[in-house]
Amino acid sequence: MKNLLNDLNKAFENKVRLGIMAALVVNEYLDFNSLKELLGVTDGNLASHLKSLEKSEFVSVRKEFLNRKPNTKYSATEEGKTAFTKHIKAIESLLK
Amino acid sequence: MKEQEYINDLKEIKDIMNRSSRFLSLSGLSGISAGFCALVGAYFAYDILYNIGYNRTIIGQKKIDALVVIGIVTLLAALGSALFFTFREAKKNGRTLWDLQAKRLLINMMIPLVAGGVLTLSLVEKGFIGLAAPLTLIFYGLALVNASKYSVSELRGMGILEIILGLLATQFIGYGLWFWTIGFGVLHIVYGTYMYFNAKK
Repeated sequence: MKNLLNDLNKAFENKVRLGIMAALVVNEYLDFNSLKELLGVTDGNLASHLKSLEKSEFVSVRKEFLNRKPNTKYSATEEGKTAFTKHIKAIESLLK
Repeated sequence: MKEQEYINDLKEIKDIMNRSSRFLSLSGLSGISAGFCALVGAYFAYDILYNIGYNRTIIGQKKIDALVVIGIVTLLAALGSALFFTFREAKKNGRTLWDLQAKRLLINMMIPLVAGGVLTLSLVEKGFIGLAAPLTLIFYGLALVNASKYSVSELRGMGILEIILGLLATQFIGYGLWFWTIGFGVLHIVYGTYMYFNAKK
């Protein structure tokens, strides 16, 4: 039981962060607006959670210009994908 | 209580994964309406072919022109009505129709579809008219199988059936219109009905 709880990642305790990771794991990349629409959160809220995921190196950011407008693409890093899968597996076995 | 929370989390995660990677606004009604348009188109085409005694007479240029017009009108009507119901479904669920998922679905569907379309046109131009029905069915099936990864999973089964039907049709050249009617008319209606009632649950 102790081991299972250790696998639960503190970085994913928050719902928004969990949602961000879920969306990025199944997509090559998503831009800020698609993430916002998908999760139904405010700009500031999303930005701060993205920042914290970026800090723990679970999410990588690429800034580009699309027709002179800045466009930011977010994708999950390999590390982030592994951590996310581990977290989900821990929840699943916790429920069994 | 904690357990219920985790279950809800998992449900939400699954929903987000689905919504973010697949185009889910396809309603069964779009399939049914497209199939219906195909049946009407087939009826008019049959009328032209039957009148000249298909199989025996060589089809003249005038008849071919009429068939092409019927084909284009049928295609536009089917696409238009399917789009209408997809638009309605998207609106009902509060989703935007033209998003990343829609773009991805369209691009991946168009690749086999355009390749097959160009191949069929160039073969028809060289006189292989009998191959038009089997080839269009096969490539439409391949397009559906490819598209199913980016949309509702039912498209996969329908695609496989279209491919089988197309391959079968190569053995019965001259009965192309019948296979066309089954593939584009009947199958669309059957699968559309199935999707419509499945989604309601």
